[in-house]
Amino acid sequence: MIIPHPLLGPRDAQEFTYLGDAGLINRPYWLSEDAARAFHDYLYLRDNPAGQHRELWFHEQGDRSWLVVTRDTTSHEILSVELARDVALARRSVA
Amino acid sequence: MRYSALRIAYEALTGHKGWTPAWRDPAPKPAYDYIIIGGGGHGLATAHYLSKVYGKARIAVLEKGWIGGGNVGRNTTIIRSNYLLPGNEPFYEFSMKLWEGLEQDLNYNAMVSQRGIMNLFHTDGQRDAYRRRGNAMILQGSDAELLTAEQVRKEAPFLNFDNARFPIKGALMHRRGGTVRHDAVAWGYARSADSHGVDILQNCEVTGFRIEQGRIQGVETSRGYIGAGKVGVAVAGSSSRVMAMAGMRLPIESHVLQAFVSEGLKPLIPGVITFGAGHFYVSQSDKGGLVFGGDIDGYNSYAQRGNLPLVEDVAEGGMALMPMIGRARLLRMWGGIMDMSMDGSPYIDRTPIEGLYFNGGWCYGGFKATPASGYAFAHLLATDRPHETATAYRLDRSLSGRMIDEKGVGAQPNLH
Repeated sequence: MIIPHPLLGPRDAQEFTYLGDAGLINRPYWLSEDAARAFHDYLYLRDNPAGQHRELWFHEQGDRSWLVVTRDTTSHEILSVELARDVALARRSVA
Repeated sequence: MRYSALRIAYEALTGHKGWTPAWRDPAPKPAYDYIIIGGGGHGLATAHYLSKVYGKARIAVLEKGWIGGGNVGRNTTIIRSNYLLPGNEPFYEFSMKLWEGLEQDLNYNAMVSQRGIMNLFHTDGQRDAYRRRGNAMILQGSDAELLTAEQVRKEAPFLNFDNARFPIKGALMHRRGGTVRHDAVAWGYARSADSHGVDILQNCEVTGFRIEQGRIQGVETSRGYIGAGKVGVAVAGSSSRVMAMAGMRLPIESHVLQAFVSEGLKPLIPGVITFGAGHFYVSQSDKGGLVFGGDIDGYNSYAQRGNLPLVEDVAEGGMALMPMIGRARLLRMWGGIMDMSMDGSPYIDRTPIEGLYFNGGWCYGGFKATPASGYAFAHLLATDRPHETATAYRLDRSLSGRMIDEKGVGAQPNLH
């Protein structure tokens, strides 16, 4: 797979480390009432869709940026790539 | 029809006109007492034990494609009972005992071949860990032997013993382990279940569950609605997709695992050999092909095919272990979709929905578990209680903290 890095252009997926569902950006608030349950769900449960999947890739052998890659899990086609930083900041400004 | 040598002789003399299909192709009935979703090894084994051992009737197995078309036909056919932890080893030992009597039980030649498994070790630390594992296996009624490098050399002289980086110091030998003809497992279970009255419905994809007031009523399928008393789901690889239709999220990611077969060679590898310094395992099929595999590709996938970097990784493992493998040509490679549970161990449990049961999360170890998985799942469906060997496979174990960290590796190694 070739991942089109937003800053560096097309890069071999072998340069990256995979983490999983991009929902992992949404860390639960640790002081909330149901924090134990929320952290369990955050750590263990997954949507695991067949089709479009937003996921985190770390450019470990490159510029060490985190990316949010939207990929089709049935064909491995990469549909879009964003910097995870931008995704997280956009989320914060909405909240 | 019972298969026997006499039957073959009789058919040979009468022009082979008496053979009948090994199972029927029935139309779906409006309702069943038990519906098993997934006509793979585990689903068909469940139907077999549910009808034969637990004496239940009105059972159907629903399969999206054709039976045995999924992971039961895509694995590397290895059976073994060499686990360490108390929640696992009794279950896999139970499975091994069922493998040993499988062909007589099914009246079907599954080519169960207990040719032995050697787990090689390369350091003193690995040797100590394998000694401990071997002792745990013996305590649970399995067999284990610690072999020295010289004993390994007698079994497999072609290995790369004096490699400077990964010298082979010995192996944990599990003589009752071996290989089985995997398609025959699916066909044998299907034929036996069918002969006990189970309806095997192929090309029957489940498209939804009908759930009323927290209780399962039946399933919507591509061949119409079918009512059900109890529904068991055994669709490893697609567990998340099927259980999402019942509104459940699972501690599972689907990943692709690749496997390989070389061209046919003369008899060479005595049993199954696993490399201790990388993820590589190899055996030789009765046709002569070297069957080998390695790690998962490492990203979510439902594509049933992998990418080239893992091919290179597996080939490197093979070359490090037995350099002569470089002279063999690769004949086929393929990918299967694994239910990677977060702690690397499976689930056989009830769900919060009454009458809906779940069997999955087998990671890349589902094939060896096929008989015990079917037996334990049939026990759960028939009695509403977990089988004594499968009490640890609870769906809520990550919540209660009772993880089964056999290897400490599930979908990712950083979750523990």
